[in-house]
Amino acid sequence: MKKLLTISLIAVISSLNTHYLAIIAAEPANQSTPVRLNDSSNSIESLKLQLEKLQREFEETQRRQLQQIESLKMQIEALEKGSATPVKKEEIQSQSAIIKTNNWREEIVSSSAAKKWNPAAPIRLIGSGNNYLDLSLDALVAAGSSTEKHVDELQLGGHDPSQRGFTLQQMEMVFNGAVDPYFTGQANVVYKLDSSGESDLELEEIYADTLSLPMNLQVRVGQFYSDFGRINNQHPHQWNFVDAPIVITRLLGEDGLRNLGVRISWLMPLPFYSELFFAIQNSGGTASSFRGSGHHHNDEGEDNDLLFGRPRSITDIRTFGDLLFVPRYAVSFDLTESQTLLAGVSAAFGPNSSGTRGHTEIYGTDVMWKWKPRYHHGGFPFVSVQSEFLIRRYTADEFNWDLNGNGLVDPGEYDFNNDGVPDFLPREKIDDYGFYTELNWGFKKGWVASVRGEYVTAERALYEQILGLDESRLTRKRLSTALSWYLSEFSKLRIQYNYDYRQIYGPDHSIWVQFEFLLGQHAAHKF
Amino acid sequence: MKTLKTFIGLSLVAFNLMSADPKLNVVATLPDLGAVALEIGGERIKLTVIAGANEDPHFVDARPSFLRVLNQADVLIENGGELEAGWLPPLVSSARNKKILGDSPGHILAITGVKLLDVPVGKIDRSEGDVHPYGNPHFMLDPENCLIVASNITAAFSRIDSQGTEYYQQNLKTFSEKMLSKIPQWKKTMEPFAGIKVITYHKSFDYLINYFNLVLYDTIEPKPGIEPSPSHISNLIKRAKQENVRLVIIEPNRPKKTPTEVCKATGAKLLILPLMPGGGNSPKDFIGWYDYIIKTLSESLKN
Repeated sequence: MKKLLTISLIAVISSLNTHYLAIIAAEPANQSTPVRLNDSSNSIESLKLQLEKLQREFEETQRRQLQQIESLKMQIEALEKGSATPVKKEEIQSQSAIIKTNNWREEIVSSSAAKKWNPAAPIRLIGSGNNYLDLSLDALVAAGSSTEKHVDELQLGGHDPSQRGFTLQQMEMVFNGAVDPYFTGQANVVYKLDSSGESDLELEEIYADTLSLPMNLQVRVGQFYSDFGRINNQHPHQWNFVDAPIVITRLLGEDGLRNLGVRISWLMPLPFYSELFFAIQNSGGTASSFRGSGHHHNDEGEDNDLLFGRPRSITDIRTFGDLLFVPRYAVSFDLTESQTLLAGVSAAFGPNSSGTRGHTEIYGTDVMWKWKPRYHHGGFPFVSVQSEFLIRRYTADEFNWDLNGNGLVDPGEYDFNNDGVPDFLPREKIDDYGFYTELNWGFKKGWVASVRGEYVTAERALYEQILGLDESRLTRKRLSTALSWYLSEFSKLRIQYNYDYRQIYGPDHSIWVQFEFLLGQHAAHKF
Repeated sequence: MKTLKTFIGLSLVAFNLMSADPKLNVVATLPDLGAVALEIGGERIKLTVIAGANEDPHFVDARPSFLRVLNQADVLIENGGELEAGWLPPLVSSARNKKILGDSPGHILAITGVKLLDVPVGKIDRSEGDVHPYGNPHFMLDPENCLIVASNITAAFSRIDSQGTEYYQQNLKTFSEKMLSKIPQWKKTMEPFAGIKVITYHKSFDYLINYFNLVLYDTIEPKPGIEPSPSHISNLIKRAKQENVRLVIIEPNRPKKTPTEVCKATGAKLLILPLMPGGGNSPKDFIGWYDYIIKTLSESLKN
């Protein structure tokens, strides 16, 4: 009790300083009419008057607070004496409440536009200043066509336009806000309509981030996109194209690499930006290069139930080593006042579902360079180049299709090469790699022209000698050009042409138009 | 034992060395706030300003290097009123710096105590463009608001670096006196031009126009953040001619084509005015910048 009072006393005394400072020049906190200086003819007079007024107010405040100091002192004395008139806890609390409201800063805050929300008031859904929860709704609709009838064989991403005609790529709801002084939280809930018109709900992300751990650490807990390169943890409305790069959807999964887990990141105490990330996540779910099936959308392979000629083995997590590990290191330099370079290396390690000894390693490197002059108008003009290279080594476990061991092809056993005996697939390393590079030129406020080149290929593997060429691992090239028009920060129109070249199938042409609209809170732009 | 003592001794020396630089590490989002901070903090602060002087303050890139800057800051001075809402929040929440979070003494919201213009009344929605629900956040061009901001900054500096309280207070006094002696001069310079109608690109100069009794007739942008359409411009030209608009004011970073077109058609003059100290050809110091604004503004109104 005594301690509380002493602290209050110190608070009052120290706030006297700030009171004085506040009053010396500016309008005082509790004065509602702003100070306006009159015409130049009598301005000196008015300034004098104003000064006197401020002086009076200062003295008044000082007097009031001195009174409080006196009363607090008396209370301390009373407590020390163990006085017969006990001071009620409530009284002291109300005293300190008064002191608190006398605090200059808080008073001004409450008198300014930033009014605190109270439970009776409705939750405002625009603006970021005083909401407990920011909500936004983002809709991405695409329309177009392709020379390939089965569009979903070209467009592999879970949010790519996937059929001739119209596609609802996503309707994303984002909830975010500060949880308390320790965490911020975010959830991305996504609705899609599949080609049969059924609604498809995905909880893409739900996580909390710490705000102020010591030693420059930050922890993220929940379901989140792994920090692997640049595109992987971006949502479709942040892309510069209608669709996701092939190398990302093929190697990381049609919806990207995401899972439940925990991530720790360390901002290194160096003179430039340098950050180390390390995530431990589940290896199942949508992580199709690992233990996940990732098969809830369309898929490029024909044998959806087979994995490189093997049945998909569903295994439980047995040890810590069966989880997914995703390290990343990113570094950035401002080359000049108007040029920034950001580069990173990422990796992902974990078991896969080809058998008990199957595991996958993915490595990636990414670089982004952006030029934006410091004389810009609404963020334009700018030029940015972004590129990612990924390589996946999928170690598939051996598998013998002679399930009953009799050497004959029985029902349920496969003989792909028709040699009369069930096939034996040896343990092998299956390598895939590819890259994309995109160039974006914001040439006029609201207008961005983009070009993207992609190449994905694979080393031919042993299982293909038995099964034949795996169509999900064909070499592909794609060249895309897009023109985007941001009518405002909240709506966008885009037109894109894709030239596709697939091994065996040859060239295809696609054209897409995309429209986006956003309601509610506009999330700040990340770099 | 001896080595332990030596170690402790050395650590203490090292600690002292580390804390030997007593300068307050101050980060200001915008150059105008930085210039005021420098007036108050003087030699006791090390100042870093995030946005450039000719940069559109709504659309600054959240470069990763700013994360480093914010991570090491003792004080962050933010304009507030959603001016930096498009880029600052993720930087602050990723900076892992308790000192500049939320209500911490090191987080200065310059807007605190400032009475804003254009606070929307009634229903606000985005059909009116990107309206700031708290009001127009470009309030530093009202010299009296700068005094409020200066006292906000002084209060925070004194709280964090209590040894410097007297110094900051003295600087505030000096700065306020300078401003209070300048204000009547500026008013006098601008007095003959009261009531003159001007056009601006964005609603960036409203406080200046309001303070010196000019009249903001319209903006090149039909609505905040929305690019002008040809029909808006031809309509604007027609009306501006009739209303005898004398001046079109734009920031140095705005495209000059459309404003020039408007000027040619209406006979108004084009004036490029720096929104921030150091912008265009203006001086970097706060009062010098204000002097420059009043000088160029009054000169172009004279003719």
